[in-house]
Amino acid sequence: MTNDIVIPVQKESAVTHSIYNRKNRISDSFLTFLIYLCASISIMVLIGIMGYVFVRGVPEISLEFLTTVPSTIKGTFGIVGNIVNTLYVIVITLLIATPLGVGAAIYLNEYAKGGKAVRIIEFTTETLAGIPSIIFGLFGYVFFGNTLGLGYSILTGALTLSIMVLPLITRTTQEALKTVPESYRSGALGIGATKWYMIRTILLPSAMPGIVTGIILAIGRIVGESAALLFTAGSGYLLPKDFFGKIFESGGTLTIQLYLCMQKAKYGQAFGIAVVLLVIVLAINGLAKFLSHKFNTEVKES
Amino acid sequence: MRPKSYSIFGGHGSKSGVEHAAEVIFTVCGFFAVLAVASITLYMIISGTPALFKVGILDILFGTIWMPAAATPSFGILYVILTSIIGTALAILIGVPIGVMTAVFLAEVAPERLTKIVRPAVELLAGIPSVIYGLLGILILNPLMYKIELKIFAGSTTHQFTGGANLISAVLVLALMILPTVINISESALRAVPQHLRSASLALGATKIQTIFSAVLPAAKSGIITAIVLGTGRAIGEAMAISLVSGSSVNMPLPFHSVRFLTTAIVSEMSYSAGLHKQVLFTIGLVLFAFIMLINVTLNNLLKKGEESHDK
Repeated sequence: MTNDIVIPVQKESAVTHSIYNRKNRISDSFLTFLIYLCASISIMVLIGIMGYVFVRGVPEISLEFLTTVPSTIKGTFGIVGNIVNTLYVIVITLLIATPLGVGAAIYLNEYAKGGKAVRIIEFTTETLAGIPSIIFGLFGYVFFGNTLGLGYSILTGALTLSIMVLPLITRTTQEALKTVPESYRSGALGIGATKWYMIRTILLPSAMPGIVTGIILAIGRIVGESAALLFTAGSGYLLPKDFFGKIFESGGTLTIQLYLCMQKAKYGQAFGIAVVLLVIVLAINGLAKFLSHKFNTEVKES
Repeated sequence: MRPKSYSIFGGHGSKSGVEHAAEVIFTVCGFFAVLAVASITLYMIISGTPALFKVGILDILFGTIWMPAAATPSFGILYVILTSIIGTALAILIGVPIGVMTAVFLAEVAPERLTKIVRPAVELLAGIPSVIYGLLGILILNPLMYKIELKIFAGSTTHQFTGGANLISAVLVLALMILPTVINISESALRAVPQHLRSASLALGATKIQTIFSAVLPAAKSGIITAIVLGTGRAIGEAMAISLVSGSSVNMPLPFHSVRFLTTAIVSEMSYSAGLHKQVLFTIGLVLFAFIMLINVTLNNLLKKGEESHDK
């Protein structure tokens, strides 16, 4: 077999540059131009959006804007009620979705024995991730709002959103669990730990940064959500009178208030809210990036 | 498949109650997604079908007159369905080439330093709430469209002026919104193409650009198709960004007409509708849900095919 000569190719010696680098082809330059054009469109759009929102929105922001509720008597406008509502929705949604999502990931990664059940769960998780938020909104309105009788309330909105962010948390947790080395599991089980004890003391702490990243991404999704909340959480903008009673009252988040301002053509206020939203999104993005970066370097070091 | 580890206490009948409880609880959590999808499907069908039979399936799906508040109301949603299909298709036509080209830039052309700036920017684009896209659409795109409209239809007596809230504006916003999805997924598809394909093509004398367009892109085809399907799903389901940008009357989906999508029909009328009108809105939701399920099943098949070809 003289044909089976194996040429040892090192990765560094792989060909990465064309031998015709000097030759100019018109079609090549045209396509290169097109690639650069499209990439710069994508970047310009982002810079344009951020720039425009900040230029129009920052002058709207004042202490009054951030710390009062709208008052028709004084003719003032403020978003503190909406900020509080957003916090309520985030906390309740995460309280419901995190245990369910993490539990589902643990089941899929540790308990499930493969086969049809796992395939069905993974298919439905994908499906859930693909359903648009307006459908969640309709479902939440009919099921939580009407059938369970919760009406327009923060609880209805949070329940709806927890179904929506469930796939996100499940998937990131699953990824985090997969990166925990098998030897950790064997080690813990080998010295006599039971499965649940192993999961509780070894797996979850090791996978924690991944889980937290998932939760932060979920917060980003909740903050930006509007269509699913319009028919479920309603549009209340007042500060809560009692702490727990508020859960059963209607409360519009920042995005809902932005939409309402837009409908009433109060664009100045809308831009003010947009700035607040963008700052939150930027902070969440940075935090998620920081955590995943820290997590990666930790893994490399150990 | 990684080798499974088992507790040395397993299988001896010595499992404590806590162990059993944990397993049962996690299993329930696992099947929660199934329960959610099943109940969403069930509720969409339950609340969407009554109107189909009350109005008549053909009248509702193929009727072209939408007058829910008239004395003899008429609920034809053909134009709404067509708008969603055409609007999504146009958004894909605009968004996918730009997205794929940007992915090529990130994965193949750009120097490391530029990639480090561009990729976070794309991620940010994905995180911007959809209402903000809508706000900018109203204030930037609509006035622009109105100017163009005034020029084109200057002498026309039959044209209904929309103030710029038309199909084109909505399509542009949608194209922008699917960009991050398309870029991210195509980029990872391009990066998954093995290096030896590029080396072989370059060694045969192809230029870098020729390599990209005739060796790398075809190899990443299935990933790019996945990106397109996901983008379609995102575009057809988007509601808040386009609800005010697209105008809000039911019309033939022509470029300068004020149009209504499946999603925007629900958003704009849900708050004041009642009775049969509300049921028809749920039927619109059901139609949208049917489209989404179709896309999901397509996507699932695509991913399965991709896995099979990797296994070979």
